[in-house]
Amino acid sequence: MENSARDLFPGALEMMILQSLRRQPAHGYALVQHIQQRSNSLLQVEEGSLYPALQRLLKAKLVKAEWGVSSTNRRVRTYQITPAGLRHLEQQISSFERMFEGISLVLDPGKSTAS
Amino acid sequence: MNWLPSVFRRGKLYDDLSEEIRLHIEERVEQLMGQGMSREEAEREARRAFGSRTVLEERSREVWQWLSVESIGGDIRFAVRQLRRSPGFAIAAILTLALAIGANSVVFGVLNALFLRPLNVPHPQSLYTLERGGYKEQATSYPDYLDLRDRNRAFDALTGYILVPVGLDTGKNPSQVWGYEVTGNYFDALDIHPFLGRFFHEADEHGPNSAPYLVISYAYWHSQFQEDRTVVGRVVLVNKHPFTILGVAPPEFSGTLLFFFPDFWAPMVQQEQIQGLKVLDSRGDRDIFMVLGHVKPGMTPAQAIADLNSVGSYLEKSYPKTDAYMTYTLARPSLVGDMLGPAVKGFLTGMMLLAGLILLAACANLGSLFAARAADRSREVALRLALGATRKRVLRGVFTEALLISLAGGAWGLFGSIAVLGQLSGWYPVPQYPMHVPVYADAKVYAAALLLALVSGFLFGAVPVRQILRTNPYEVVKAGAAGILAGGGGRRVTLRDVLLVAQIAMCAVLVTSSLVAVRGLVRSMNSNFGFNPRNAMLASTSLRMAGYSDDTMPGMQRRMIEAVEKLPGVRSVGLVSQIPLGGGGATQDVFTDETEDLRTAKAAANVQVFQISPDYLRAAQTSLLAGRSFSWHDDINAPRVAVVNAFLARKIFGSVPNAVGRYFKLENGTRVQVAGVVEDGKYYQLTEDPRPAIFLPFLQSTPNQMCLVVRSDRDTEQLAAEVRSSLRDLDPSLPLTILTWVQGLNVALFPARVATVALGVLGTMGAMLSITGIFGMAAYSVSKRLRELGIRVALGAQRREVLEAALGRAVRLLSIGSIAGLVLGLLAAKVLASIVYQATPRDPLVLAGVVLAMALLGLVATWIPAQRALSVNPLALLREE
Repeated sequence: MENSARDLFPGALEMMILQSLRRQPAHGYALVQHIQQRSNSLLQVEEGSLYPALQRLLKAKLVKAEWGVSSTNRRVRTYQITPAGLRHLEQQISSFERMFEGISLVLDPGKSTAS
Repeated sequence: MNWLPSVFRRGKLYDDLSEEIRLHIEERVEQLMGQGMSREEAEREARRAFGSRTVLEERSREVWQWLSVESIGGDIRFAVRQLRRSPGFAIAAILTLALAIGANSVVFGVLNALFLRPLNVPHPQSLYTLERGGYKEQATSYPDYLDLRDRNRAFDALTGYILVPVGLDTGKNPSQVWGYEVTGNYFDALDIHPFLGRFFHEADEHGPNSAPYLVISYAYWHSQFQEDRTVVGRVVLVNKHPFTILGVAPPEFSGTLLFFFPDFWAPMVQQEQIQGLKVLDSRGDRDIFMVLGHVKPGMTPAQAIADLNSVGSYLEKSYPKTDAYMTYTLARPSLVGDMLGPAVKGFLTGMMLLAGLILLAACANLGSLFAARAADRSREVALRLALGATRKRVLRGVFTEALLISLAGGAWGLFGSIAVLGQLSGWYPVPQYPMHVPVYADAKVYAAALLLALVSGFLFGAVPVRQILRTNPYEVVKAGAAGILAGGGGRRVTLRDVLLVAQIAMCAVLVTSSLVAVRGLVRSMNSNFGFNPRNAMLASTSLRMAGYSDDTMPGMQRRMIEAVEKLPGVRSVGLVSQIPLGGGGATQDVFTDETEDLRTAKAAANVQVFQISPDYLRAAQTSLLAGRSFSWHDDINAPRVAVVNAFLARKIFGSVPNAVGRYFKLENGTRVQVAGVVEDGKYYQLTEDPRPAIFLPFLQSTPNQMCLVVRSDRDTEQLAAEVRSSLRDLDPSLPLTILTWVQGLNVALFPARVATVALGVLGTMGAMLSITGIFGMAAYSVSKRLRELGIRVALGAQRREVLEAALGRAVRLLSIGSIAGLVLGLLAAKVLASIVYQATPRDPLVLAGVVLAMALLGLVATWIPAQRALSVNPLALLREE
């Protein structure tokens, strides 16, 4: 069974949303599709988690939203990353990498820290 | 933070969100249809993936909610809807709490007014009154006061005062008013400044009768002078002596007692004119009611006491004849220090405790109601859980309901208590004195009521928590409401049972103690005081106030007695200086005839002193045990004689018959022969132990105040009018107070009455709560077991067995609680005995009364449920399912 994004560590979903939006602005549906594709369907984003997460990001002013029309001619609300969002994302990624590195070391102590 | 615009934008945010989710689902459906699903299948699939849209939207919104005020608003709306659906429950719950919280706020309001609110003077925390010796006496003589004032180093200033009644003639109707006779530095020592005119100061005094000045209270200025500003400088007559009004005290200042409201303040150097006494230079006459002052900043009370004691030992050494036991302690002046303070505090603390228990009982009651309600609503709760509500959310709903009820109850309770406190504030318990206690509610009372409401809301809201947390939605939905009860209806002792027993026990305590108090009060009304207050009138006056001197007084007193004796229907008339149990009284030391050294330490007894006319003992119906009463010949030219009570006779002379004809000495050394012995009586307090008393002929020792005791079988009102007019005929300027003797006992019976009424009210409330508690439990158990009862009836159970099954538990709990409460109540009654004279728990009537009351209470509470259990119709019940 595929993993639900909710089972990840806190902040993972937000990080992935911000990363996706850095590549290009998108609406909610597209974000679900995008994350699913990029993870080779290993990660399944539930709509039930996505929208609260988006609201949190909106509130923290890390993204902004605008109503518009999509390339497929649908009315959509498109989310776009803000400069603050970019900074936040950089911080998150670097701390995530450090954490990941730490976890790898614990799981596989034989391996040296070749990064 | 710019949260303000976001509050207004919020509506738009939510609309955006709903629209966005709708579009999302639409897109998903189209995509799934593109993969070959039918529209219906696709829609179902899309919605399933989304989960509950409401939950989702709610969770997304929560992100924006500022302190989740909005979701609380939602909870409140929901709770109001729930309560509206069961108005009976809501009203009963609110009423219960309103009563309980109201009782608490009333008791707290009184406690607050008497103990938490300081006197209305600057820096009340450093103001202390001096208490002397082991008996904590406050009375001080003027010479001792002067020494204390001038020799101490611990106080900023020491001042003293006496409470005095005077005849005040402002040009209209001469009337008796009460005021303070104060030392010259009084206002300066307390740092009080005049509202109008000026105050007198120490510098205004130049020896006796040098400062005929008066400061009137704001209230008196308002009521008697209609706030006329030209009153300053006006000359008025105090006991027929001219006094000049210097100024008006500020409205918030009403002396240095919390419950006594003087009309005026006058310098103590005017004592001769005001009290008709010349004791300013007599060290043995402890005439000053209270000495008080501010301890200097930086001084601890212990240091101040040490300093006072050094002055005290100086006084003992210098004046051994009059000054003994001159060790000092400090106390708060507002309730006359340790004279009233500890007793009142103890009583109020007890009341607060009882009121708190009542509130706890109310919470227990509401808690079980809530638990029953939660059980009834378990299906609804289960459904909500199944539909995705979190348990937290459900609990929040329950607490919101509980808090709504408790706040509504608290508001009503506070409202009621403000009204009751207002009534209490305007109540003058003793009409002869300007005494009342302003106990208006203030911010502290409001805060206390709010706090109590919140705490009780959480308390009873918490009772069904476990029940809700354990609810398993699948089981409930599968089995129906009956299913969950199968587990809970066992024989186990539940928390609810314990609460109910505790509550009933408490109710029984209250019922027991109020019955003990009522019985004690009734008995003390009928007990032997050493006089008979029934069918007697009291006419009090002060000839001193009307301007009589020592020479003219006895003649006038005799004329007054004779005038009243002539009235039709009057059997006897006696004169007494101070009515026993009238709230006052004079004492002095007496010595055996052999004692030469007349120091307080060598005294044979400290006795209550009454000056009486020949007929007083007959008019008061005080029985003479031996010897004779006085006659009109026992005057200033005859040998000095006295009548003593049996207690003193036994104490000094060994026995009653032994005493007649023997001699003893008064404080000033006068030898007095015992003419007769009378029965013991109550002189100062109803609860006092027997104490020594002497009666002196008024012709040999002129009293300052006087009261005529008029014994007659006639209608009191008519007689009062005739006594008044016959005395006014003798002198129209006499200030007169006429009461029946039973009314005159108000002072003595006041504590017992208050205790009885308070206990009665709390007892009634406790009983009501127990009734609703038992009723709730019995009704609930009957309604839950209706099917079982129906089956039993169908199988041929008798009425007795049905009742046993339905109510056995409630009755058992009632009995356990009652017995526990009765035992506790009897123990508590020992405490009561110190307040209510002759309160004894060893009284078969009280025991029977308690048992009867509790049985009646059980009967009332279980009547309706029992009827319902008996009228169960098995056919109808079985058809329903």
